Amino acid sequence: MTEPLPTLVLIGHGMVGQRYLEALAERGATATHRVTVLCEEPRPAYDRVHLTSYFSGSTPEDLSMTPSGFMEEHGIALHLDDPAESVDREARTVTSRSGRVFPYDVLVLATGSHPFVPPVPGKDAPGCFVYRTIEDLLAIEEYAKTRTHGAVVGGGLLGLEAAGALQGLGLTARIVEFAPRLMPVQIDEGGGAALLRTIEAMGLTVHTGVGTQEVLTGEDGSVSGMLLSDGSRVDTELVVFSAGVRPRDQLARSAGLDVGERGGIAVDARCRTSDPRVYAIGECALAVDGRVYGLVAPGYEMAETAADDLLGREKEFTGADLSTKLKLLGVDVASFGDAHGAAPGSLDVVWSDSRSGVYKKLVVSPDGVLLGGVLVGDADSYGLLRPLTGSVPPVAPEQLVLPAGLGAPVALGPSALPDHAVICSCHNVTKRAIAACATVPEVKKCTKAGTGCGSCLKVIGQLLPPAADPGLCGCFPHTRTELYEIVRTRRLTSYAELLDGHGRPEARGGDGCEVCKPTVGSIIASLAPTLGASGYVLDGEQAALQDTNDHFLANIQRNGSYSVVPRIPGGEITPDRLIVIGEVARDFGLYTKITGGQRIDLFGASVDQLPLIWARLVDAGFESGHAYGKALRTVKSCVGQTWCRYGVQDSVRMAIGLELRYRGLRAPHKLKSAVSGCARECAEAQSKDFGVIATASGWNLYVGGNGGATPRHADLLAQDLSDAELIRLIDRFLMFYIRTADRLERTSTWLERMEGGLEHLRDVVVHDSLGLCAELESLMADHVAHYRDEWAETLSDPERMRRFVSFVNAPGAPDPTVKFVPERDQVKPDLAVLTLQPLGGTR
Amino acid sequence: MTVELEVEEGWLTVCELSALVPGRGVAALLPDGSQAAVFLDRGGRPYAIGNQDPFTGAHVLSRGLLGCAAGRPFVASPLLKQRFDLESGRCLDDEEVAVRTYRVRTAATS
Repeated sequence: MTEPLPTLVLIGHGMVGQRYLEALAERGATATHRVTVLCEEPRPAYDRVHLTSYFSGSTPEDLSMTPSGFMEEHGIALHLDDPAESVDREARTVTSRSGRVFPYDVLVLATGSHPFVPPVPGKDAPGCFVYRTIEDLLAIEEYAKTRTHGAVVGGGLLGLEAAGALQGLGLTARIVEFAPRLMPVQIDEGGGAALLRTIEAMGLTVHTGVGTQEVLTGEDGSVSGMLLSDGSRVDTELVVFSAGVRPRDQLARSAGLDVGERGGIAVDARCRTSDPRVYAIGECALAVDGRVYGLVAPGYEMAETAADDLLGREKEFTGADLSTKLKLLGVDVASFGDAHGAAPGSLDVVWSDSRSGVYKKLVVSPDGVLLGGVLVGDADSYGLLRPLTGSVPPVAPEQLVLPAGLGAPVALGPSALPDHAVICSCHNVTKRAIAACATVPEVKKCTKAGTGCGSCLKVIGQLLPPAADPGLCGCFPHTRTELYEIVRTRRLTSYAELLDGHGRPEARGGDGCEVCKPTVGSIIASLAPTLGASGYVLDGEQAALQDTNDHFLANIQRNGSYSVVPRIPGGEITPDRLIVIGEVARDFGLYTKITGGQRIDLFGASVDQLPLIWARLVDAGFESGHAYGKALRTVKSCVGQTWCRYGVQDSVRMAIGLELRYRGLRAPHKLKSAVSGCARECAEAQSKDFGVIATASGWNLYVGGNGGATPRHADLLAQDLSDAELIRLIDRFLMFYIRTADRLERTSTWLERMEGGLEHLRDVVVHDSLGLCAELESLMADHVAHYRDEWAETLSDPERMRRFVSFVNAPGAPDPTVKFVPERDQVKPDLAVLTLQPLGGTR
Repeated sequence: MTVELEVEEGWLTVCELSALVPGRGVAALLPDGSQAAVFLDRGGRPYAIGNQDPFTGAHVLSRGLLGCAAGRPFVASPLLKQRFDLESGRCLDDEEVAVRTYRVRTAATS
């Protein structure tokens, strides 16, 4: 009989809990232990550090820290929504709220902290919130919908984030901070003053040096204002308490474990509590240096330490650096090392410019060693300065705080850092480890650097070798954007001319490749009306550039057959047309499936059948759906105001209009769109390249959304647009995308990559900062004016029909390898006929 | 001018040269029921390889795009994009894999 595996129970599944599980998995300990996790929240670990990004469009899924399949892969049992209620150390069991009892051999407490709410009257009134979990955010968002004034108690890091969030929700926001300055823990007086000016300029009201005496309530018992310690009263309908956190040590206290005088589960340097079978890590733990660490980096280090100790490996956690860099309300704030100059004899070097809201202070020892610093308004140098802490910088400290262009030029780059300098303090990764990688994704995968707070990513980018060659492929040294400009300005309509005139020397005169041919084909197609070229993608030399899907105007499937998707604008279809599709599918024996884009996909057509199928479809009034092209696919819609009791606009009409306007538009990648008739968003417009959501007074336009493997919520580009404004803006957006995106780059990645991001995009397409808009609009007008249905064009020309044969030497003979077998009353490819025959001597 | 392919039975006429588009291919049905993919490069030279894609089993290589790597012509499978050298049949992305090749010539139309 084999020994049962020892059982490990982890209480708490926050960021540190998840890091601990990953540390166990990396060390093989998930194979040698049965691991059970009890989590209070209804969702697995997520990124609490970036919680506020929920309000700028991140979804709870974006914030998830738990790789999909992680628990299953490592055999970990995760119980959500079922917190531990008690620990019996004698019996070695944990009892959860649902009443289940979990025995343990090893217990790990990662219970985190809870927000501190000062004991003032009214603190529990409806309208009072804390700012800690996704559920807290959802509750604030809901309550804020019908309110106009908000206040935050606490002007620390989280308090400022919360105030920014309230402002983002359309509320006025005031901050009440007891200390004489904002962020008293991290920054000094000068930094606080710079921060205050910038924050007030954003329209927030700040009270410093005053406390909250009472939360006032109105007749209905909900929050109506606050009474401050200076006797003043302020109006507010919503109060967020963000006055610090306290370790959650109640479970440990009840279990009789040692806790600190001011809270925190006491642990030794190996993160063990007073019971050697029980560990405590993260914000609930009181470290040997007598501190409770509320930052994620020390928590991660404790997780690593506890995991090492479990396996008998030597590692100690004796304290951590509290360096931090944040973007608060758009203002960079960083502090590192001895930020307050606490070391005896330390000296300050300060640069302060209240016009630009920049404040920089470095603390140095008398012999020139950098001890720490505070940066407000411009923290770009944080990634370099923090790793230099503890050493004498290679240039004078004043050069490190002066803005570029003042004083001597600063030649200090990441190359100046020593190999052992810690670049990522969240995961304790050195310059040497990062330099061993080639790309940022590789760095993240191999070292985890850059996956914590992300403040080191800029330096990581500078440490890596420059991307070898930005060229599109072996044929062209240019990016797609550059090729677009060449084609546009030189008015080229020939791939061969482009290759021979602009290709790499070794590629000129050759056959190009499968990467650049379709790319150039698409560029020429996008610009065709403007260049005066044929808009038909299969004419002349253009024919040889298209991928097989474009070549046959259908989508190739695994057995070499094709699928057919007629356009159904907006997803609206008459019964008669629906019947035609059914009849065509039946007559040609096609497998039929409804797509995600509100159309119908017909599978299993051979190349010979494609024109016959399309003759019937075109006859019934259908057009190509361009499912095969890097082009506009569909504009989904909900049924809208016409039928739906919630609808506020006619979403179907708008969707049909947009789909007909942009049909056939060739782009760097496929384009999807949707129109929702109200904020309930049934059409899922925020997951589309461009999505439209109706408002009472018009339309909101969202851009850069994506579903698929890397989902992204679309960003709101403009609000309450009229029909004409909406269409004009989409025209500009699409043409700007077509002009500047890389090959196969969806709008989501394009927008992510864009320098200046959404703001820049808005500047260009809304405010016309580049003076491009007239040209973009005219390009789109050309497209709209010259659109013709590709399938109707193909059927009308015998020359174009010639390609639709299976065999050049046996026209009319079907391909004997394209066969089907029945499944669920339809057909599926018969893969048996595709068995690979042994190849002759050439293999 | 016609395009001819060498099979067991001898030279097989496949099509008129003018039926080929530089940079693209066509499929030909051979007497033994197998299939060949016939291509024309930009310089007007024809090539022929087996039409079956060894990675998927589908007979589709004739529908791939022609390209040129280090001066040698290749076709990229339209399904999963592996490239095959048109002269040797060798897969450029997996040295274990190859497709058969055929000798091909153009002949004056008789």
